[in-house]
Parts: sequence; structure tokens; C-alpha cells
Amino acid sequence: MSPTELSRHKPDAAAESRRDSPDYIKAIPLRHPGEWASAAVLVALLVLFLIGAATNDAYDWRTYGQYLFDKRVSQAAMITLLLTALSMLFAVILGGLLAVMRLSRNRVLKSVSWAFLWFFRGTPVYVQLVFWGLLAVIYKQVDIGIPYYHQFAHIQTGTFFTAFWLAVIGLSLNEAAYMAEIVRAGISSVNEGQYEAAKALGMSWGETMRQIVLPQAMRVIIPPTGNELISMLKTTSLVTAVPYSFELYSRTRDLSSETFNPIPMLLIACTWYLFFTSVLMVAQFYLERHFARGASRTMSARQLRALAAAKMESASDRGAR
Amino acid sequence: MSAATSTATEPVVRAVNVHKRFGALTVLRGIDLTVQPGQVTCLVGPSGSGKTTFLRCINHLEQVSAGRLYVDGTLVGYAERNGKLHELHPREAAKQRRHIGMVFQHFNLFPHMTVLGNIIRAPLTVRKMPKDEAIEKARALLRQVGLADKESAYPAQLSGGQQQRIAIARALAMDPKLMLFDEPTSALDPELVGEVLDVMRELARGGMTMVVVTHEMGFAREVGDELVFMDEGVVVESGDPREVLANPQQQRTKAFLSKVL
Repeated sequence: MSPTELSRHKPDAAAESRRDSPDYIKAIPLRHPGEWASAAVLVALLVLFLIGAATNDAYDWRTYGQYLFDKRVSQAAMITLLLTALSMLFAVILGGLLAVMRLSRNRVLKSVSWAFLWFFRGTPVYVQLVFWGLLAVIYKQVDIGIPYYHQFAHIQTGTFFTAFWLAVIGLSLNEAAYMAEIVRAGISSVNEGQYEAAKALGMSWGETMRQIVLPQAMRVIIPPTGNELISMLKTTSLVTAVPYSFELYSRTRDLSSETFNPIPMLLIACTWYLFFTSVLMVAQFYLERHFARGASRTMSARQLRALAAAKMESASDRGAR
Repeated sequence: MSAATSTATEPVVRAVNVHKRFGALTVLRGIDLTVQPGQVTCLVGPSGSGKTTFLRCINHLEQVSAGRLYVDGTLVGYAERNGKLHELHPREAAKQRRHIGMVFQHFNLFPHMTVLGNIIRAPLTVRKMPKDEAIEKARALLRQVGLADKESAYPAQLSGGQQQRIAIARALAMDPKLMLFDEPTSALDPELVGEVLDVMRELARGGMTMVVVTHEMGFAREVGDELVFMDEGVVVESGDPREVLANPQQQRTKAFLSKVL
């Protein structure tokens, strides 16, 4: 029936009430027997595995319980967190800078950024960390001043850079190369019209970047950065290459010389890593939701209720008149 | 220099033989045009005729390749010293654009900010206006475009017509001397075109100087002080919109109008 036919048709009382309270469809949901069957099989396998793990002496659950909250272990876990946080902080700052350099019009900045990426993304982080550990061997002393003429200050690299800071430097520089690509993808994802609108309002390039482009790029930048953060947490276990051995993995491995069984210590390390990554995943969820503001037409349940209430009000206003 | 030459009759826009080339492609081939204060100039013509490019040259979103373009007596995009043209530093170009409002075909509102945020952003950042003053001004502008109740909505939650009215309010928040409109109603559903044209009509009535690229001949006839018909990068014919629309002199104008009217 076309709309005109509908309007010609005089609505009677019954039709009116049908329109106001339609019979909402309550269909019988589609069954998914395969899903249930496969879930049952997996649960059975998991139970078998758990029974096996509980009764297998190699896991040595007594030692696990004894050392899980050992002060040395929890301290090492904190150091892992600190290493992760510092390295990621520097990596995000440097990565953002590199991305902006890469996108700038200035050919010098562009080339520097490209060369940085080429080197730090092109070599394994483990090898880089070994190199940082050898810094004091390669450059015993760093002189600051006019080359071959007069030096104002001398830095003894061996004592100035502790193993911890060498680890932070090594991890940040490597990670900065990856962060640069993530930030660059985020910035490129912002529509050209946004730059033009900001430009037309008289905003400078810096203002446009900070207030218009980066906040929108965040929506694209945050999810992969969350992955990078989680990945960084685990990569800290490689700083043993520097060598630095007070973070979680090295510490638990060293402790196994005390327990004569590495397996429970590895389980402890895994438990702590999993705990931290789980917390990070929750944080990432909220962060993503925050930066999705205005990105979708879909309204929240709260907004839909407000809209329905407003419609109802205006309808009753019309009825009253 | 602008103060010395500025007189009561100084046009807001003065284009002298403006050319624009993109690589091998020449889009503008010598545009001469003036816009007097308070005048509404409508640019019409087939797509690819260079109307939008010319509009974008006025606020230096595109750089003029030859000829001279002045806004309020000041050369746009370049500084002339000892007979040589020097490219402007981006900071200087930004300063020139502050006084020219622009409304885009696709609105280009900032999607991560509320309606109010969109309007107060440039006054806060560029003009360093105190926040309460900017908000007060934004609310007045929202009333002017009839969207006082939408200040905390995000652009994606608004209809196209509402978004375009917000975009107009955002441009007006900078107190422009000149408003540029780039096909402001072309991306809208037909029933939403009227509300945007109403806002523009009010603006024109209030004495705003406007350059409007449009396909709305009704608007041009009613509101326009001058109609400029462009084709293939040149001005083919210009004059009083009612006369040009009713009695076009050039063959190309006739051919175009017979298709759109």
C-alpha cells in the first residue's frame, strides 16, 4: 500500500490501538547445537589437564605457593613494571616526534626519522640490548665540547649509565621506531577536511595538530599502542642481554638455583605477567571508549532513553493542543 | 600599505587576472572580480569551471599562480617587496585567514568536540578570548542559527542541515569580514536545503559580505547582488542575478542555465 492510500484509509479505533501497542515479535531463537557440543568437549579436556597438572610433581605447587608472593619476586615484578612504564613513556614521546618529523615538509627531519626507523626496526631488540650493554666498552668516555679542541665535561659511560638505564634506553629506542609508525598511521587517518577547516579558522599547524588532528588520531593510535604496551611488558624479560637481572623473569630464573626446580618459578613469572596484562587490557577498554567520543551515530542506552522521553513529551504537547 | 590604499570604496575582494595551475592543469585562466562591502556574490557554473578553486584562493587554501588577489587591500598569500613576491610564512598566512570565514560542502565539523566545543575552539585558540566570553558568544550564534538546544550534541548526532548551520556559526565566531561558502547545500537532502539557505539569507540581510559558490539559482536570484558565471577557468558573464538569469547574453551561459533552471 502506498502512503497516499494509507492516508485515505480512515483509521478506526481498533487500528488505532493496534498501532499504539503492537504485538512485539517473540521468535524462538535459532539453536546452535555445534557450539554446545564443542564447548562440552573443551571443558572435559580442560578438566583432564587440570587434574593432570594438580597431580604432576614436576609442577611442584608447594614451591609455587611458597614463592609466589616472595618479597624478591614481588620486588622484581615492580621493577618489570617500572622498566615497562619508563621505556613506553620515552618510546611514545620519541615515536610521536619521529612520526611528526616523518610527515613534515622539512626534508632533513624526514630523512633523520626514516634513518632511525630503518636501523631500530631493522635489527633485533635483543642484539640492540647487547650493544647497549657494551656501550662502556665502545665509548669509555663521552666528551662534551668543541671536537679536537676544548672539552667542557667528560662523562664516564661505565659509571654514568647503570645497567637499568641502559635497559630503558635500549627498550625505548627500539619501541620508538614502532610507535612512530603507529602514530603516523593515526595522523594519516584523519580526513583532510579537518586540516582545512582548522586552517580556514586561522589555526597554526601546531594548534591544528594538538587540538584537532591528534585527538582524532588517538582513536586509531590507542588500540595498537595497548598491544605495544603489553608486548613491552614481556620484552623486558630480554634485558638480561644488557645484562640486567633484577626484573621478573631473570629474578625468578635466578631463584630456581635455590629451589632446584625451574618449573614452579616459571609458573610464578607467568602468573605475574598475566596479572599485569589483564589489568592493562581492562585499562585499554576504557581508554578506547573514551577516545571513541563522537565517532559513531549509535547512541548509548542513556541517550536513547532521553530521546524517547523528549519525543513522548512533544507528542503529548501536540495532543494537548 | 593596506591602510594607505584603504578608502571608503576599497573592495573586500579584488582579483586581478588570477590564474591557478595544478602541475600541467590550468584551472583558472585570468579571473577579474571585485566584491564590495556588504555585497553577496554568487559564483555559478558547471563542475570543473574553477569556482571552488577561486574561492579557495581567496583565503589562501590554494596559492595563486599568476595575477594578484587582494582581500581588504592586502595581497593574499604573498608579500611584495622591491617588486618581488615572497612566499608568506605559514604564521602570516594564518593571520590573514582569521578574518575570512569559510563554510565547506562537507561541513568539516570537528567530530571529537561537542557543538559548543566546535564553535569556541578557534576564538579560544586563535583570538585568546576568555572562555566565558567565547561560550556566551557561541550561545548567541547558536540562537541565531536556530540550534540553541544542540550545544552539547556531537556532530555525528545531527542532521546534515543542522551540521551545516553549526559550521556557519563556527565560522561566524571569529567575527569575519568576509564569508566564503563552498557549495554549502550540495551535500544535503533536498528537504534540509531550506534551513541552511534561511540562515545565509539572514546573514546577507545583516550586511555580511559573502562569496557563495552555489547551484541554488533561486537563492542567487533572491539574495545575490551579483551573479558570476564561470566556465573553463574564466568569467563568462556577470551582473545583476535577476538580469543574467532572465536574459543571459552569452551562449555558454544560456546553455548552462537551460540545464539547471
